Amino acid sequence: MTMGEYAREYGDRLTDALVQHLRIVGVTLLISIVLALVLTLVIIRFKRLSAIVVRLLGGVYAIPSLALFSLLIPFTGIGEPTAIIVLVAYNQFLLIRNFIAGLDGVDPGVIEAAVGCGMSRMRLLLTVRLPLAFPVMLAGVHLSIISTIGIATIAAAIGAGGIGKLLFEGMRTRNTAKILWGTVLAGGLAIVANFLLLFLEKISGKRLHYNG
Amino acid sequence: MVALEFKHIVKHFPGSAGNAVDDVSLTINEGEFITIIGTSGSGKTTLLKMVNRLVEPTSGSICLLGEDILDRDPVKLRRGIGYVIQQVGLFPHMTVAQNIATVPKILKWDKERIAARTDELLELVGLDPDEFRGRYPAQLSGGQQQRVGLARALAVDPAAMLLDEPFGAIDAITRAKLQDELIAIHRKHKRTYLFVTHDVSEAFKLGDRVLVMHEGKALRFDTPEAIERNPGDGFARELLESAGISL
Repeated sequence: MTMGEYAREYGDRLTDALVQHLRIVGVTLLISIVLALVLTLVIIRFKRLSAIVVRLLGGVYAIPSLALFSLLIPFTGIGEPTAIIVLVAYNQFLLIRNFIAGLDGVDPGVIEAAVGCGMSRMRLLLTVRLPLAFPVMLAGVHLSIISTIGIATIAAAIGAGGIGKLLFEGMRTRNTAKILWGTVLAGGLAIVANFLLLFLEKISGKRLHYNG
Repeated sequence: MVALEFKHIVKHFPGSAGNAVDDVSLTINEGEFITIIGTSGSGKTTLLKMVNRLVEPTSGSICLLGEDILDRDPVKLRRGIGYVIQQVGLFPHMTVAQNIATVPKILKWDKERIAARTDELLELVGLDPDEFRGRYPAQLSGGQQQRVGLARALAVDPAAMLLDEPFGAIDAITRAKLQDELIAIHRKHKRTYLFVTHDVSEAFKLGDRVLVMHEGKALRFDTPEAIERNPGDGFARELLESAGISL
């Protein structure tokens, strides 16, 4: 069976897989970003704690995904929720590391001037630190989106569905067309997302009018 | 009238041997231009930063216009004190006008008043409002950036201005020009200025009175003429000689 034949016969399976994949990635990102923002704002004032948290999250990130998925099955069962929990956990490292780097990377002279003007901590955060940290924070979101699209394919192994389902089933039944479709969809999604994010980063960088 | 009164101010940083500021008592009158001179580590910047409570004293008290600053909310206190630093610290994502409008915006001035004040300040610091109000800090020279920094600090006509080596990173010719303009701005508005510098000739040129600090102590606090006339034998003489001021 060629890829064209497979698409004509089982087109709905391809769109279902893609939609499910996008849903997993979307829900994961939404939860990840909100959680990472909250955690960052809580820990950023404590330098030592921040370093410890980032190191711990780095440890979690180092665990192979299949191992982490399997580890959670006794507690949360198989399926999408378990997949999302793991994906969110991985993202915390990429996001929090970049959020902290961005917020801490703001020129100390700018912060001192802002505090010296009589800005409250909240105003300093909202009008100075967050806007100036935005490009670095966005780079973290970029990494986490690409990483989530990739790791989510493996989540099919614990029954979360998505594009990974095409790949695993294709391999089991030696259906080359199905494997190729899975590869094209997963790879294509990552490449399209990458381009969109690069474009966004370019715009956000320009808005800041930095020299050089 | 007394603008600022330091009473037995001591600042000790944990982990350091001596006191950064060691029992300093001074009275500064309203409208005076005070320059604070000393080597690095003399405590001059620490003393300055205690006025807007970026640094808290270990003991002693500071009164601004008769009110103990330690009784005031530090965030609100700072809105009434202009602050200019060597790194300038303009907000790179905001235009010149938005930078200058920082404190007026916090104080919720209306738009027309802010726009009028911004133009007035740009003219005061020698920048054409039409040309500069929409520019971003990265599009300005170092001297122009510090002019904007000065305008931002002056925005709500603060009772006191704290300037921490504001011209330290600016070339000699531009610096001389900025010094002259600062003197003119001070004459016009007669606010109390505290200006920290390690440049002796700058301190003597600008100050109505000069505070000489050394190892946390206020060694001399007098007019430039009186210090030149009678430098004594200690650190003040050394400082003057190092700057090539003839005695």
